[in-house]
Formats: sequence, C-alpha cells, structure tokens
Amino acid sequence: MFLIRDLLSPRTWLAFSHHLAGLVIGLVVGIAAIVCLVLGVALLPLMLIGVPVIGLTLRGAGWFAAAERARFGLFLGSRIPAWQPGVRAGYRYGLLPSWRVYKERATWGEVGYTLARLPVSILTAGATLIVWSLSLVLLTLPLYDESLPSGGAIIGNTVVRGTPAMTVSVVLGLLLLVAAPQLTRGLAAVDAAFTRWLIAPPSNLAARVTELERSRERVVDAAEAERRRIERDLHDGAQQRLVALAMELGRAKAKLADDVDAARELVDQAHAEAKAALTELRDLVRGVHPPVLTDRGLDAALSGLAARCPVPVQVHVDVPVRPKPAVEAVAYFVVAEALTNVAKHSRASQATVVVEGHGFPGSLNVVISDDGIGGADQRGAGLTGLADRVAGVDGKLHVESPSGGPTIISVVLPCG
Amino acid sequence: MRIAIAEDSVLLREGLTRLLAEAGHEVVAAEGDAEGFLRAVAATKPDACVVDVRMPPTFTDEGLRAALLVRDQWPDVGVLVLSQWVEERYATELIAGRPHGVGYLLKDRVADVTEFLDALRRVADGGSALDPEVVAQLLARSRHPLGDLTPREREVLALMAEGRSNSAIAQTLVVGGGAVEKHINNIFTKLGLAPGERDHRRVLAVLRYLGTG
Repeated sequence: MFLIRDLLSPRTWLAFSHHLAGLVIGLVVGIAAIVCLVLGVALLPLMLIGVPVIGLTLRGAGWFAAAERARFGLFLGSRIPAWQPGVRAGYRYGLLPSWRVYKERATWGEVGYTLARLPVSILTAGATLIVWSLSLVLLTLPLYDESLPSGGAIIGNTVVRGTPAMTVSVVLGLLLLVAAPQLTRGLAAVDAAFTRWLIAPPSNLAARVTELERSRERVVDAAEAERRRIERDLHDGAQQRLVALAMELGRAKAKLADDVDAARELVDQAHAEAKAALTELRDLVRGVHPPVLTDRGLDAALSGLAARCPVPVQVHVDVPVRPKPAVEAVAYFVVAEALTNVAKHSRASQATVVVEGHGFPGSLNVVISDDGIGGADQRGAGLTGLADRVAGVDGKLHVESPSGGPTIISVVLPCG
Repeated sequence: MRIAIAEDSVLLREGLTRLLAEAGHEVVAAEGDAEGFLRAVAATKPDACVVDVRMPPTFTDEGLRAALLVRDQWPDVGVLVLSQWVEERYATELIAGRPHGVGYLLKDRVADVTEFLDALRRVADGGSALDPEVVAQLLARSRHPLGDLTPREREVLALMAEGRSNSAIAQTLVVGGGAVEKHINNIFTKLGLAPGERDHRRVLAVLRYLGTG
C-alpha cells in the first residue's frame, strides 16, 4: 500500500518537477550570471560601466534568490526565510552597490547560490532520473528481454536471460521503485537545506538571546536601583519626619501639665511635620506607579504630568485601545523622565508630547520634543535607564539632541 | 449637618466620624464600600457626604464613581471626594457640567480641621471646594493663555477656582473686600467673561474658562 501511496503522492511528483525545473532554471540563470560577472569584471577599468553591471548582477542574484524562495515554498512547501526589510545594504540609484553590499555574506551567498543552482540540480535531477528510469527498465525487462536484437540485455560481457535472471531483475526494479519516491523527496529536502544555508538570513536566535540576556541584566539592575532609591527616600523622608513627629508629640505630652503654651507650639510643629510626611509619601507613591494611570490610562496620567511640569507642555494622546499595563507604564515613565530633563536641563520655553497608537497588534509611538538647547547626554544615567526600560518591553528608543537643540525623543513600543 | 462617610480604612473612618462629631455634625452613616454607601445615602438623604476615591473591591476609583452617582441622583446632597492624590482628570469628571455642591480635596487637608470643615460646609451649601493642587494643574493646563493677568490676579483666580468666597479670599490674601472685588472685575474683563457673576455661578464661569466646564 505504502508503495502506491508514495508513488501517487503529489509531494513526490512536485519534488520530481522541482528537480527538473531546477535544472532548466539553473542552466539559464547560471549562464546569465557568469556572463554578467565576467562582463562586469572585464569592464571594471571603465568604472562607469563595470560597476553598474556588477551591481545589477548582485541585485539580480538577490531577485533570483527571492524567486527561488517562492519556488521552494510552492513545490516543496519548505519555508526559506527572507531578510527583514531594511536590514540589507542598499544600492545608490538602484544600481551602484554601497560598500557594505560587497562585505555582506548575504550578497555572496546569493551569488554563490545562483552559480551553484546548475551543478546542484545536475546532481539531484540526475540521481532522480537515473533511479526512476533504472527501476522502470528493470521492472519491465522480462517483457522485452527476449525480443532485444542481442537476444537479451547485456551487462558486461554476459547476456542476461532466463527466468531466474528475470526474477532478480523484477525484484531489483521493485526495490528501486520503492526507493525512488523517498530518494526524490530526500534530495529535495537536502536541496532546500543547502539553499537555506546560502540565501536565508542566519538564524538570529543567538543574537536575540544575547540581547535579551543583556537587557534582562539591565532591567534587573534598574529594578534593584529603584528599590534602593525607594528605600532611601522612605528612610530619609517620611520615616525621619514620623520620628520627629513622635518626638514632638512626646514632648508636648510631657509639657501639657505645666506649660500649655509650649505644648501647643510643639503640637503645631508636629502637625506641620505630619503634613510634610504626607506630601513626601504622596510624591513617592506617584514616582512608583501613578494610580491614575491604572484607572484612567495614558491621557489622564500624562495630562497630570504635563500640568506639574514647570515648562508649558502640549499633550496629544490618540490611543483608541488601551495597551498592556506594562507598555502604558513604560510610556508614562519615558514621558516623566523626558519632562524632568526638559525642566532641569533644556532651558526650553515649551515642550510637546505626542502619543499615538493605532491598530492592535501594532505599536505605541511616543514622541517628546522641546525647543531647548539640546545636547542631551545619551550615555547619561537618565537616558540609558529609559533605554533599558523601553528594551524591557522590546521597544526602541531614539534620541536626537544636537547641541543648540531641539531635542526629540521618540519611542516605539510594540503592543500585541 | 447630617453627613455620610464612605471610607474603607477603619482608622480614617473612625477619625473622620470623631472629627465631624466633635465639630457638632451628625454622622448618619459610615460605610466601608461604595455599595453600602449608596444604600445609606438613599436611606438617610444626608446634607453632604465625604467619599474616598479608592475603595474595595478593585481599589481603583469606586469612590469616584459612587460620588458621580450621588451627584446625578441626589443633586441636593453635597459630595466631597477625598483622595490620597489629586488628578486634574478626576476633578474634570467630578465637576463636569455642575461645579456646585461638589468638592475634591487631598486627604491631607483633613489635617487642617477648620479649613476642611469650611470646605465641607461650602459643598453642603451648594458651593465647591477644589484642592489648590488641582487648581494649579488646571491653571497650568488652561486652554486659554492667562498671560495678561498680574500675579495677584492669578492668585485671586486660583482662590476663586478653589471655590472660596470674596471674604475668604480677602482674608487669605490679607487685603480688604473692595480690593478683592476690584481684582475679580479685572480678571473677568481680561478673560472676556460676563461681569457680575456671583458665587457659585462665578466658579462655573472660571472653570469653564479653564477648560473643564
């Protein structure tokens, strides 16, 4: 059964066609590539002609690789990943390769693939064709063996004839027929792996893992620093004030009996101390996580933030669907830190905050700009802290701050 | 006055009850969650209520939503919202369309007992009480430029927005009643508001000008 199933399986015949098509395509494209390359190199002394010809050849190899990705998908169902847009080096005027093009492994992978297509296809298609035809020949040998002019098939110097020989031939033919579909598809898989090796972007998993490890380290460090800051603020602020408050109340209690006026003064002080402690705690809480962000979202939280900034701030928030709390919090703290910097360093007369988030899954874009003196220190603790926070949710931070201004901080946070 | 309290912290609920009782008011209900509070208001029809923003079960803005319900269903009941923090947005929601008989103060203000009781009295009488911090945010975020106002006039504008009466403003700034009257007239002229608005309607005009009404 499995014999017939494999023989009739579309996958087998698609792979078979794939090998044959590769032969034709490889022949045409390979010759074209060789001609172009030779021409380009030969014309190199005439830079104006040689370089564009080479550029066109390299681009052509890229286009061919793209077409081949589609062909592999169509015939074999093998996915050969394409490059992310914007990652590869570009061409000036569409023809002149930038220097990076020559240095990229991807370029030479594609050229190599274009040249290797024909030889590889000769091997795969050749092996496939030989196995299929040999199996058919051996299977059908008994039908025409006797009627051959030599009176039988000739292997070496022996004429093959007679029932035992015919039985062996049929059995061998059957075995080859069983193996042929497997071989056809196996070779296709090898071909796909080879192609992937040459034209697919290197699996960026390793790079991603390194990046994640690094950013996780920084996030952990940032969280630790934040905890220390909170501890210090509590210790230096509210806690000290409460101690002072208790002390003053204790002294007032002692004075109540004999010196009511002094006691009243101490109670007054204690009262003021308590209110100051409340203010400090409130500011601290807002720095940890502003409750209004949870309750009403970015628009309300950013309005409050803008209102507390000494520099006039215009806020435009257009976010129809609320993003994840983690993303909202990062957006909020980016704006908070940016506005703190605006107030402290920029000498700006006004600032603008624009937050837009359209389409989910999509991204939340935050842009903070001011008309100040610029020159923000990109390696300073504030901005690297922001970058880490943004990286923590896989976002990107971009700071533009030429000296003389203006400063524009833009953040893209993926939400999905 | 007859007063209802909604505050989930037992310590503060008891403290408020005692503070109000000592000031000669009657606390007709002291509830720890929004639902019980709304039932109590329906049953007792107090003159005013004091509501904490953050209450169970979600500890976000239950109190504020309850306050908005009371404001809409029982217009005669003054609503004073207390919060550990103040946000312009909550103030906007609370006074939207009706900046009288409502107040929004930082919880800390309770510590200044006389001022707090004064604010509660204003709210119960149909006036308003906005926390200075909210007013500062409103002024900073004003839809219109306030550049033409002198610093003194800004001070007077802020106190008006807080919901204070002329005499209270005069007392705070340590000036005479006539001077305050003059400042207010100047403010209304400079901002292009109809002159002659008094008390509650004056607050409405100011808040609307600042972009919340």
